[in-house]
Amino acid sequence: MVEHGDVRVVHRGGSKINFREPVISNDSSFLLCASGENVKVFSTNTEECVHDLRGHTGLVTGVRLRPSNHLQVYSCSTDGTVRLWDFTDGILIKTYVIGYPIYSIYTSANHEGVIFIVTSKSDQGSELFQLVAVQLPQSTEQLVEAREFSAVLPDVSSKPASIDFGRGGEYIASVKGQQLEVFFFKKQKSYRFFLREDNKKGGKNTFTCVVCHPKDDCIATGHEDGKIRLWRNFNQKKEYTYSTMHWHHGAVGSLRFTPEGTNLLSGGVESVLVQWRYNQESEKDFLPRLGAAITHIVVSPDGALFCTSHSDNKITLIQSCVKVSAVIQGLVKGDGVRTDLMVDPHSKAMVLNGKPGHLQFYSLQRDKLLYNLDIVQQEYIHEEGLQQFEVVKAAFTSSGDWLATVEERQQKGAELEINLKLWAFDEQTQSFVLNTTITAPHEARITAMCFCHAAGSQTTMLVSTSKDGHFKAWQLAEPAHTQDEGSSPSWSCDFVGSYHGLVPESCCFSADGSLLAVSFKEVVTVWSPSSWELLTTLSQPPGAIRHLCFGRLSCSKYLLGATANSLLCCWNLLTCSLEWSTAMDTSFLLADPLSENIAAFCDQAGSTDLFVFKPNEPRPLFSQKAVCSGRVTRAVFAPREEMLESCEESSQWLNLSQLYFLTPYMDLMTFSTKAEEENLMASSKQLVIDDSIAMTPFSLLLGKHRQQQENQDPLSFLSAERTPLPHGSVAIKELLQTPAHVLPSTSFLCSMFISSLLISVTDPREEDKHVEEEMESDKENSDEEMESGTLRPEGSVGDQSAQAADPPLTKAQIREIRRVKKLDQGWMSNILDT
Amino acid sequence: MGEFTVHRVRFFDHTPAAVRALAFHAGSERLALARADGALEVFNFNDNYFQEKVIPGQDGRTVEALCWVGQRLFAAGLNGEITEYDLENLKPRYTVEAYGGPVWTISANSQGTLLAAGCEDGTVKMFEILEKKIQFQRNLDRQKGRIVSLSWNPTGSQIAAGLMDMIRVFDAETGRATHRLLVDRGVGTSKSQEVVVWSVLFLSDHTIISGDSAGKVQIWDGHTGTLVRTHLVSKWDVLALAVSQDEDSVIAGTSEGTVIQFQFLSSTVAQQDKEWVRTRTFKNHSHDVRALVHTETAVVSGGMDTQLVVRPLLDRVEKNTMESSLRKIAFPHRSLVCCAKKAGLLLFQFPEHLELWRLGEGEGHGQAGDSLPVKRKPEKLIHLKRKGDDQICCSALSPCGGWMSYSTVSSVRLYRIQFDDNNISIIKVSKLPKSLCSVHRLGFSPDSSKLFASSSHSSVVVVALNQSECKHLSTLKPKSGSRQPVHLLVASEDGKWLATANTACEVHVYNLLTMKLHCTVPVFRSCPTAIGINPVTSNLVSVHADQQIFEFSLLQKEYTEWSRKLQKQGLHSLWLERDTPVTHVTFNPRNPDHILLHDTFMFCIIDQSLPLPEAKSPLYNQMMLRSLPEADRVRHSHAFKISKNFQHLLCVSLLEDLSLVVVERPLLDIMSQLPAPVRQKKFAT
Repeated sequence: MVEHGDVRVVHRGGSKINFREPVISNDSSFLLCASGENVKVFSTNTEECVHDLRGHTGLVTGVRLRPSNHLQVYSCSTDGTVRLWDFTDGILIKTYVIGYPIYSIYTSANHEGVIFIVTSKSDQGSELFQLVAVQLPQSTEQLVEAREFSAVLPDVSSKPASIDFGRGGEYIASVKGQQLEVFFFKKQKSYRFFLREDNKKGGKNTFTCVVCHPKDDCIATGHEDGKIRLWRNFNQKKEYTYSTMHWHHGAVGSLRFTPEGTNLLSGGVESVLVQWRYNQESEKDFLPRLGAAITHIVVSPDGALFCTSHSDNKITLIQSCVKVSAVIQGLVKGDGVRTDLMVDPHSKAMVLNGKPGHLQFYSLQRDKLLYNLDIVQQEYIHEEGLQQFEVVKAAFTSSGDWLATVEERQQKGAELEINLKLWAFDEQTQSFVLNTTITAPHEARITAMCFCHAAGSQTTMLVSTSKDGHFKAWQLAEPAHTQDEGSSPSWSCDFVGSYHGLVPESCCFSADGSLLAVSFKEVVTVWSPSSWELLTTLSQPPGAIRHLCFGRLSCSKYLLGATANSLLCCWNLLTCSLEWSTAMDTSFLLADPLSENIAAFCDQAGSTDLFVFKPNEPRPLFSQKAVCSGRVTRAVFAPREEMLESCEESSQWLNLSQLYFLTPYMDLMTFSTKAEEENLMASSKQLVIDDSIAMTPFSLLLGKHRQQQENQDPLSFLSAERTPLPHGSVAIKELLQTPAHVLPSTSFLCSMFISSLLISVTDPREEDKHVEEEMESDKENSDEEMESGTLRPEGSVGDQSAQAADPPLTKAQIREIRRVKKLDQGWMSNILDT
Repeated sequence: MGEFTVHRVRFFDHTPAAVRALAFHAGSERLALARADGALEVFNFNDNYFQEKVIPGQDGRTVEALCWVGQRLFAAGLNGEITEYDLENLKPRYTVEAYGGPVWTISANSQGTLLAAGCEDGTVKMFEILEKKIQFQRNLDRQKGRIVSLSWNPTGSQIAAGLMDMIRVFDAETGRATHRLLVDRGVGTSKSQEVVVWSVLFLSDHTIISGDSAGKVQIWDGHTGTLVRTHLVSKWDVLALAVSQDEDSVIAGTSEGTVIQFQFLSSTVAQQDKEWVRTRTFKNHSHDVRALVHTETAVVSGGMDTQLVVRPLLDRVEKNTMESSLRKIAFPHRSLVCCAKKAGLLLFQFPEHLELWRLGEGEGHGQAGDSLPVKRKPEKLIHLKRKGDDQICCSALSPCGGWMSYSTVSSVRLYRIQFDDNNISIIKVSKLPKSLCSVHRLGFSPDSSKLFASSSHSSVVVVALNQSECKHLSTLKPKSGSRQPVHLLVASEDGKWLATANTACEVHVYNLLTMKLHCTVPVFRSCPTAIGINPVTSNLVSVHADQQIFEFSLLQKEYTEWSRKLQKQGLHSLWLERDTPVTHVTFNPRNPDHILLHDTFMFCIIDQSLPLPEAKSPLYNQMMLRSLPEADRVRHSHAFKISKNFQHLLCVSLLEDLSLVVVERPLLDIMSQLPAPVRQKKFAT
C-alpha cells in the first residue's frame, strides 16, 4: 500500500452553489455563495466568478457579511473553523478555530464581536443541534482559537432557514418540526408556540422556514402545506396571534422580507417568486417561470436586487422583481445521471445529463456551464408521472468530431422507443449538428456504446450493444452517387454480430482500434473490426463481465474485465491467457486516456474504495479506502490543461489528468494533491477590481488622470520588467483572460502591451528580481502589488532558487531546479520513513 | 341494550330559516337571534348555549336588526316598524311605526336612553327610550339614499351611519352631519354599481371601521374623516362587523362564508403605537355570514346556512376545555315532532302548517341491523295550513290520535280527527274556553281526556275534552310566582301527575286528581331540557342543559337513591362534553329501569339496574360489547347504553307495540335546500 498523505478527496468544480443562501454585498455588486469547500464571489453585473475564496478543508456551510464591516465576510465550514475574508481582494483575514463541525452561521448587528453558529451535540445516539453564541477573541494573530461559547437555544434545526434574528437583533426566532420558539435577548426569556401536527384538511403544519420583519415585531413562517403564517404579539404565551396566507400548493421553500419590510417574498416548488405586500396580503405580484424550484431568496441591502437559488443549481438575479438580469448556472444535477461522464475533446468540458433531454457541457477548469445541447429536441412537459424521452447514453470520438447519443422512452404498456443520434462537430458554430437519426437501432435497450479510438484510421466506427443479443457496428458512409451531391455522408449499419444468443453487456475498442472486445455474459469475445472475424474468446467463469477496458500505451496488450462476482481479471492478448486476477467488487473501471493508469472503484462494506494501478505492475499506484459512502458508478479522467509536476509517487498518477467521480448523492468529487492546493492558494490572489467606487463620469476622468500620473514611473519599471517574457507571458494572458469589464482603459493597456513586446536593455539584477516574484505567484500583476501593498512574505524556495540560479536563468530551468529539490526531499523522507 | 323494531323517519322536511341578525347582552350572557322568517330565539350562553326562548314570527314582519337595551329587546324590520318584545310572554309587546319607510338598522347608545333607527328614506330617527315604550324624538339631517348601518360612539356624542357610497358622521346633540367619508367603489365592472356600506363601527378612540359591498374593511379616523387603511378581504361583500368589548379585536363576516379577524396590535413589542392588523380567518359557514357577535371569548356568527356557530378564540380561553371547542347549533332545542303512541301517528310542526303522518308497517323478522321490507308505506294524512298572520308556536297530538291542537301567539285551535275506514275527517272545535288565548306549550293527557296549555306566569290551563264540548277545568299556578314561560309540559301515564318546567329552571309537579300543586323540585342552576315521569315508579327524571340528570321521587318528594349516587359519582366526562341537549325523555313500560333519552347525535338507554360507568372506562362501548363473549359482557356493561346509529335526531319515541320511532333530519338534506353559495375559485378545479 502506498501512503497517500497528500492526496485528498475534495469538492472542486461543479459543486452546489445552491447549498446555502447566497449573500449580496452592500453595494449590490458582488454575490457570494458557498460552493463546495470554497466561497465564490460573483460579479452581479457580468455573472463572472471574480474570486474563489479558498482555505476551508470541509464543506462550506454558511456565508454571512460581517455587520461591522460590510467589506468582510464570515464563512463557516464543517471543518470546524470560521474564517473572515476580505472578499473584494479575496484575502483571508482571520481563522477562528471552533473545533466542532459548524452547520450554519448567523450574525447580528446588535451583537458586536459575537457570531452565532449551529453545532451538533450528540446526545445518546440521537443527534441534536444547538445554537451557540461565540465570542470572537480580539487578537491580531491570523489563527485564533475561539473559546468563549454560550448556548442560546438548546434544540434547533440544522437547516439555516429555520433561524432568523428579529428587529435589530432583539430576539431570535427558531422553528423546528411544529414548534416556533422566540428568544428575547434582553429578558433572556423564550416563548414556544406549537401547531398541531396535521390539520383536519390534511395539510401538514410542519415549519419549513422562518424570517423576521426588519422593522416590526412580526415573524413570517413557511409551512409544508404551502401556507405562510405571520405571527404577531408573540411576547406573551397566550395572546399571540397569527394570520395565514395561502398561495403555494407545495411546501414554502424560502421566505424573505425586503429591507424596508414593505414586501414579503416567497418561493417554492412552483418556481414562481411571489411578492406579498406587507399588511396588504391580498395584493401580490408574481414572477413565474423561473425554471426550477426556489430554494433560497436573498434581497440586496438596498432592496433593488433579488436573488433566488434554484434546485437545479442555479442562481437567478432579478432586478426589482420584474426582470431576470443574470443567471449563474452551476452543474445541473437532476435526479440521476444516466449517461457516463465524458470529456468533450474540443472544449475539454465534462459532458453529462443536464436539463431533461439535454447534454450539458461543463467546463471544470472555469467551473462554469458552457452550454446545453438539446438532444431530444422535443418540448419538455412538466407533469408528474409523464414518461418522456431521456438521454441515456452518449459517446465522443477521440478527436471530438462525432458525438453519438441514445435516447429512450418507455411508456406504460407501450414498446420501448429508442433513437440513436449522431452529431457532427461544426467548426464554424463550434457546436454539434445533428447528422443522422436512427430510430429503433436495436430491438431492446442499448447496454453499451463506444467509438473506435484509432486516431489515424480513415473511417470512424461506432459499436453499440443491446439487450436483444446483438451488437451492431455503424459506419459513416458516403451517400450513393445517384443522389444529389449536396447531401453529406450519413451513418449506416455495417455489421451485426452476436454470440450464441447471449446478451452483450459491454464493449471496448483497443487503443489503436484494431481490436474490439465485447462481453457476452461470462465470455469476452475479441473481434477484428476490419474483417469482423471473431479472433478469440476469453472467459473466467462464473460471473458475468460487467466492465471491459483495454490497457493503454505500453500496456495495450492487456484487457481488463470486472465480473459480477467480485473478480477483476487481466488478460494478456498476446498470449490470450489470464495474466492475473484479484478479488474485488468493482463497480466501475476506468482507463486514463493519457497514461497507462487504470482506476477501479470497488465496493467495500457500503463505501467505495479507489485503486489506481498499471496493468503490468503488481502494486497499485494509489489506493484510498472509503473515498465516499455508497457506490460510485460514474467517473471520468479529465486531462489537465497544464501538466502537474508532482514528484511524489502517490500523486504522480494525477499529473496528466484529474479523476472526477460522482457520489451517489450527486456530489462531484475529485482528488487533489498538496502541491496543487498550494499552487491554487498562491494563484488565488488575482487582479483586484475596485468595484466599490461608483463609476461616475467624474471619477472615471479623475481616475484616469491619476492613474496616468501614478503610472509614469511604474510603467517604465514595468516595461523594463516585462521585456524578457516570452510570448504568452503573464501580461498577455492576463489581458486575454480578464473579463472585459474589469480591464483598465485601453490606452493604458496599449502602452503596456506594446512595451511588453519591446526588447530593452535592463539591469540583470532587476530582471532577476522579477523572475523571483513571477515564480511566487504566476498571475500576479505588478500594478496590483503597488496598490494593495499586501505582499506575502517571500517564499523560501524562491529565495534559494534565486541564489542558486544565475541571472539569465529561464523559467523552465527554475522549475526544473524546484522539481529536483522536491524530489530530493521526497527521497529523504522516504528514507526517514523506512 | 334491548332490541326494537325501528321506524326510521326521514320525511320531516324541517328547514330552519336563515339567520338574519344577532345581538348579545353581555350582562346576562344572552344572545338574541333573528331568523329570516321573523322568528326570534334567545340563547343563554351561561347555560351551555341553551335555546331558552323562541318567539314565533309573523307574516309581513321581518327582522333586520336587533338591539338590547338593558334587559329589553328591540327589533326593526323592513315593514317600517320598531318592535319591543315581551320575553316573558314570548310575543311582541308593542310596535311603533317609524314613518321612514323600511327600517334597515337600529342602534341604542351605551347609556340606553336613545334608540336610533336608519330608514330607507335617508333619515336617522331618534327615539327616546321610556319606561314602558319608546317615543319619537327627532330626525337627524336627512341624507340621500338609505341608511344601511348605524353605530354610536360609546360616549354617545356622535353617531356614524353607513349609506350608499359614503359614511356620514352626525353630532348626536345637534343632529348635524359633521363628516362625510366617501367609500370607493369596486374595480372593474362593479365600478358602475354603488357600494353599500353594510356595516359600520364607531370605536371610543374615534376610529370608524366600515365593511362594504366591494369587499373592503376600511379604517377611518373619525376626528378628521380621513381614510387610514383599506383591507381588501373578499371579492364579494363584507356583510357584518363586530367589535370586542375592550375594542382590541374586530371581526368581519363576508359573503364567502369567512369571518376575518383584525386585531389592534403594536407593530413593535415595547411601543404603544398600535394599528389594526388582519390576523385570523375562520371558515365555518358555506354561505353568507349575515350577523356577527364578538363575545369576550368567542366569535359568534350566523348566516344563510341557518347555523349558529360559536368559534372560541383560542388565545382567550383555556385550552382543551368545554369552552375551547367549536360549537354549531343547527337544530332547535325543543321538540317539533309529536307522536301518538297508541295510534302510530306523527305530527310535524312547521311555522306555516302542520303535517299528520301515519307510520308505515314492516313485515317479517330479521337480524339486528337488517332493514325489513315495508308492507305499507308511510302516508301523509293531513296538511293543515294555519289561519291568520302569526306563525305556529306549539302543537300537540293526543295519544289516541283523535285530537290535534296548535297555538299561535294570538289564538289556540283544537281539532277533532275522525278516522272511518279510509276517510279522515277533521273538525275544528269551535267553542274553546276563553282562558285559552296565549299559550306557550300544549299537551294532552295520556287518556286523551284533558288538554293542558301553559299560559302566562307559568300557569297551566286544564281543559276537559269531550265529544260534545270543551270545558275549562282549572288553572294550575305555581307558588313561586315566576313570570317566566313554561317550555316543558309532561303528564304521567296514569293521569295523576303533571310536571312543568319553565325557563327560570323551576320544575313544578301538580296532582291532577286534586288539581293542586303537589311539589316543586329543588331549583337547579341549569335549565331543564327534557323531563319525564316514570309510569311505574312515578319518579320524575329531568335532564338539564349542562347534561346533568336527576331523578326525583314524587311520592317521597326527594331525590331518589340512584340520583344521589349519580351525583356523588359524577357523570362520565364524555357525557358532559356532548354539545347538544337531551330533548326527550321516555320510558319503557315493560322495564321500569330503562330511561330512553336522545339528543341530536345519539340515542341512549339508561339502565338503572346496572352500575354507573367508571370515569376511565369507555362510555361508548356498545360495539365493543358486541364483540365480547357473553360472560364478559356483564362485567363490562354499564348503565349508559348509547347508540350512534341514528344522527341528527329530532325525535325518538317508543310506541305502544314497543317499536321505536326515530325521526332524522340529515344536515345534508338541509344544505341541499339552501340556495347556491357565491362562486369561488377553488384551487385545482
